[in-house]
Amino acid sequence: MTANDPTQPIPGTYLFDGKMAKKGYGLNKMCFSFNEQSARDEFNKDPDAYCTKFGLTDAQIKAIHERDIIGLLQQGGSIYYVAKFAGLLKLNMQDIGAIQTGMSLDEFKAMLVRRGAGEE
Amino acid sequence: MANIIGAVTTSHIPAIANAMANKAEETPYWKPFFDGYPPVRKWLNEKKPDVIVLFYNDHGLEFFIDKKPTFAIGVADEYHNSDEGWGIATIPPVTGESELSWHIANSLVEDGFDMTICQEMKVDHGLTVPLSLMWPGNDYGHVKVIPVCINCEQHPMPQPKRCYALGQAIGKAIESFDSDMTVAIFGTGGLSHQLDGEAAGTLNRKFDLECMDKLVTNPEELTKYSNLDLVKIGGAQTVELNMWIAMRGVLRGKVTELHRNYHAPISNTGAGLLLLEHEMPK
Repeated sequence: MTANDPTQPIPGTYLFDGKMAKKGYGLNKMCFSFNEQSARDEFNKDPDAYCTKFGLTDAQIKAIHERDIIGLLQQGGSIYYVAKFAGLLKLNMQDIGAIQTGMSLDEFKAMLVRRGAGEE
Repeated sequence: MANIIGAVTTSHIPAIANAMANKAEETPYWKPFFDGYPPVRKWLNEKKPDVIVLFYNDHGLEFFIDKKPTFAIGVADEYHNSDEGWGIATIPPVTGESELSWHIANSLVEDGFDMTICQEMKVDHGLTVPLSLMWPGNDYGHVKVIPVCINCEQHPMPQPKRCYALGQAIGKAIESFDSDMTVAIFGTGGLSHQLDGEAAGTLNRKFDLECMDKLVTNPEELTKYSNLDLVKIGGAQTVELNMWIAMRGVLRGKVTELHRNYHAPISNTGAGLLLLEHEMPK
């Protein structure tokens, strides 16, 4: 599990505000383009070239390479667009929930069931 | 005047569309969720509202953060769904109601709600999943839909009290429309969930059930929360409660709960369903 970001007011949560929206603009614009199949194909063909086209920073490109969801959020990613990148990787919301919390998928789902039952 | 006959709240997450596409409604995981819907479908089929005013949030299909409207309203004759990038099936076109939409837009701006007015607007799962849920087989073409989109993505977002006031202003606008058409209101999304960050998987059953109670009997209580409160209590995407609060603002007089279901989790989310009617003051 990645350490919580001390600059965020709520632990484990990255509020997508003006600062983040500015920081992540190119990254989010790239992920927004993944609504189109042609964009997904172009990315898959040459991810680095596609990232460069949208002016991603080195830190953002590294997080894309490493499929580091928390890293993408810290670099200004909005979950709405990061989810489209995850979709391109064939990962759903529960998969990326497990990745972000450092749990296995089964552990993450079991936690949701406990919380859904009001047990924690 | 047009007649507001009642309201429905429902979750709108993409996993529901996938479950319907995979015919998984009767599986143990999904059954407690889908079993809630037949009474609401029956009500809609009996009452046959001419128009649905549907509060939802766009998740990056129509709107990007280059220009992100706080409140937007569709005024088109037709709306289209499109590829959202993760493989949920697109659905047939949604019928609009341009004349009433423009009437509401005019009335809202007059009342101080400076809407973004959209003649073209791709509608995403936030709008389409509730329609597919209420009219299985996507048999919703006869119903006219007016999309009202609330920013739930980028802070600053409109606060709960402002969303409630928006609903009140929309109610006033509908009631001043010279027509005998009937209108139902949909509040979609929610309830507690968090998709992003180390706190992903946050879910608060107790809070969700309290919200459903208060929404019926004491909605002003919910307008005291800030968006930051909602994030802290229920997780980052709990701000989607704002669509439910906006819906409730439209209703007037005595509100009666006809049906309710709550099931958690579906995917990462607490899923609430309400069917409400109101008795207009004479």
